[in-house]
Parts: sequence; structure tokens; C-alpha cells
Amino acid sequence: MNWVANNLPLILQRTGDHLAIAVPAIILSFVISIPIGWVAHHYRWSRGTVLTSIGLLYAIPSLPLFIVIPLIVGTGLRSPVNLVVGLTLYGIALMVRSTADALGSVDSNVEQSASAVGFSAWQRFWRVDLPLAGPVLLAGIRVVSVSTVSLTTVGAVIGISSLGSLFTDGFQRNITAEIYTGIVMTILVALVLDLILVMIGRALMPWIGAVSPRRAARNARAARRSGEVTA
Amino acid sequence: MNFLIEAFQFIFDPANWGGSGGIGVRLVEHLWVSLLVVVIAAAIAIPVGFLIGHTGTGKSIAVIGSGGVRALPTLGLVTVIALSVGIGLTAPIIALVVLAIPSILAGAYSGFEAIDRRTIDAARAVGRTEWQIVTAVELPLGLPLLMGGLRSASLQVISTATLAAYVGGGGLGGFLFTGLRTNDYPQMLAGSILVIALALLSEGFFAILERVTVPAGVRAGLPTSVRARPSRSRATAA
Repeated sequence: MNWVANNLPLILQRTGDHLAIAVPAIILSFVISIPIGWVAHHYRWSRGTVLTSIGLLYAIPSLPLFIVIPLIVGTGLRSPVNLVVGLTLYGIALMVRSTADALGSVDSNVEQSASAVGFSAWQRFWRVDLPLAGPVLLAGIRVVSVSTVSLTTVGAVIGISSLGSLFTDGFQRNITAEIYTGIVMTILVALVLDLILVMIGRALMPWIGAVSPRRAARNARAARRSGEVTA
Repeated sequence: MNFLIEAFQFIFDPANWGGSGGIGVRLVEHLWVSLLVVVIAAAIAIPVGFLIGHTGTGKSIAVIGSGGVRALPTLGLVTVIALSVGIGLTAPIIALVVLAIPSILAGAYSGFEAIDRRTIDAARAVGRTEWQIVTAVELPLGLPLLMGGLRSASLQVISTATLAAYVGGGGLGGFLFTGLRTNDYPQMLAGSILVIALALLSEGFFAILERVTVPAGVRAGLPTSVRARPSRSRATAA
């Protein structure tokens, strides 16, 4: 506890570094996954190819990926941009499938009704498909958020500053308290971001509360299972 | 791209394969640690998962526990264990087992859960004992999802075993950290390429293993190949 009290500025700074990497990666993977997931959902022929190739991304180990990325992007090895790019790729690997499943969970009768009352394809996507896919999208981005926050720490071993630096520094200087602080802070950051996502979800989709969470989860799971069979 | 060529030269240089720190030894170390971890994790997670799947109780505890582990940064776990048990293989093995359990556990119980309840009731009605139901009905029918869980666990373990070298545990990560210390980017790249190749090979291996182990009757019931989704998303949605 002494260590924490003596090093509060350091902890805050590392938390800031951590957020500066994780938050852009989470937002980017959400924004990029929507169009890719839409293509995978909309064009039946593309679904298998898109989801399989994106899934392969997830098979690439993180630390090696962070080392290969500078070669492709042209940034320095210790630049936080490497980490943002790498984490965004992982986020996309998880989120594209969620997006395709989320869009697949929208009742086709509702979609057809929207078209029947005169929604253009563009309007229907923004006003019908996307809001109704919202709960499954939210579940997907929450998973991305937790795994991104945890993976951000790995960058510390190649010298990219984050809460993970507390692990490497604590290990090298034999300060157990520093590592514990890092672990607690990482979990705390993951929890806070998760809470923020849930609150954003509540604000954007006030009807979620009307359906019991248990039922929503079951629907999401059913949607995913049916998606899996066609994959 | 010069770095890439140098990295491949490093990999294909016979001089780098022999010796105690050579590619050969480290590759074997990496595979051995990964195998050991998956076997230990499976020995813990499969029986527990089957119990949860068969009885239907304790699932929420498993889901919450798995969710907690997911948020736990592996590097933190490795370093903190290494400080208490000393550098070497023990710390990464413990940390990797903790990391691997949720995927296998989820694969084991969700495999049982996905079975049509009527099939199990039918088995019970024709006089099968509970033990026979588990071994002759639930186990083969739940196999595709269990294999999927083992597959994602193995992938995670092979990837993360790279960190073992950080606490003196050997494996292919050694090239990454040696390269980092000596500013030898081609060597880091060579190590990275080897780990990536190993991870992709493991994916391919499991794809074949799934085909071989899943009974033909079970496979016939599935329109296309079924593969467990990364356990991360499954557990959170549940």
C-alpha cells in the first residue's frame, strides 16, 4: 500500500497511457467492423470467406504481431501507434462476426415491412437494421473492450508504455506491490470501460430495459447459433 | 522489406538451429510447454465442464469466473508468479493454465448444453444409466464444441507462451527478447514469424483433428463444419 501512496502520479500517468492506446483501438474496431460485417451479412456468398479470413487474424499471436506491424506501417518499434493498429486488428477479428450475427438477428419481417412502407436501403440500414441489431452489437463491443484493455499490457515488454509497464518494472525491480497495482488497475479500467459501454447502450437503446436481460441474451445466443450453422 | 529477408535468412541459416539457444531447442521447448499446459488445463476443465453441462448447475459461477480471468492480464500474472516462485518455467506454466481453463471449460459445458434435451430424455427412457448417458450420448454429441474449446485454448497458449522467455522460461519468445536487448530487429522478426507459423499450424492441426475425432453420425447432423466461437464472446453473451 505504501508503494501505491508513493507512486500515485506514476500510476495515473500509466493509466492515461493505457487509455490513450485502448480507447482508440476499441472505437476504431467498432467503426471498421460495421461495414465489413454488413457485407458478410448482406452478401451470402461472401459470408464464409469474410468471416474465415477475419477469424484467421485472431490466430496471430499478439506480441509477434506488434513486432511485425512496424515493418508494414512504417512506425517505430516503440510507437504506441503499433499497438493501436494491432489491437484494432484483433478487435475487428472479434467484432466483424458479432456485427454479421447482430444484423442477422433482425427479424426479416420487420426489414420487409420497413421496405414496404417506403424506406430506402440506406434509411432502412440506419433507422431499422442498426438499432435493432444494437443489443448484439453492444454484447460484441463489450467483449472487444475487455480483451483490448487486457492485451494493451503486452506492449510493455517491447517498451510501449501502459499499465503493463508496472508489470515489467515491478518484475525487474522485484516490487510485487507494483505488479499487483498494475493488475488491479487493468481490471478496474476494463470494468469502467464496460460500465461506460453499458450506459451508452442504455442511452441509445432505451427499450433494452423493457426486455429482460436474460431473454435478450437468449435471443442473442440463438441468433449466433443459427449464424454459426450457415457460416 | 530488407528486414524481412534478413529474418528469413536467420530462420534458414543452419547455424541458428543447433546449440542450446538454437531454433530447434526453443521450438521443442515452446511446443512442450504448450502441450503440458493444455493437458493440465484439460484435466481440470473437462471433468468440471462435463459436470456443469450434465447437471446444469454451477454454470453462472463458471461464466463469472471465466469473465474475471479474461480481464486478468497474463503478463501481470506471469511476472507476479515469477517473483514468488522464481524465474524459469513454473511461473509461465501456472499462468498459462489459468488462461487456458476458461476456453476448455466453456467448450465442455456448452457442448453438453447444445444437445437437444429430447435426445437425452430418450436415452434415459430406454434405460441408460446416468454414466452411460454421459459417455455414450452427451460426450460424442458435445465433442464438436469441446474440440473448438481445446482449439482456441491451444491457440491462446501457443501465442502467449512467447511471454515465457520474459521470465527466463525459454521457448521461441527468446529470440524476441534477445533481439530486443541487442537491437537486432531481424532476429525479433524471425522469432515472431516462427511463433505466428506455429500458431497457424496448430489451427490447421485442430481443423484436421476435429474431422477425425467427431463421429461420422454427429458430423452428418451438421450442415457444415461447426466450430466453437472464441470462448470470450460466448461466455459474455450468456
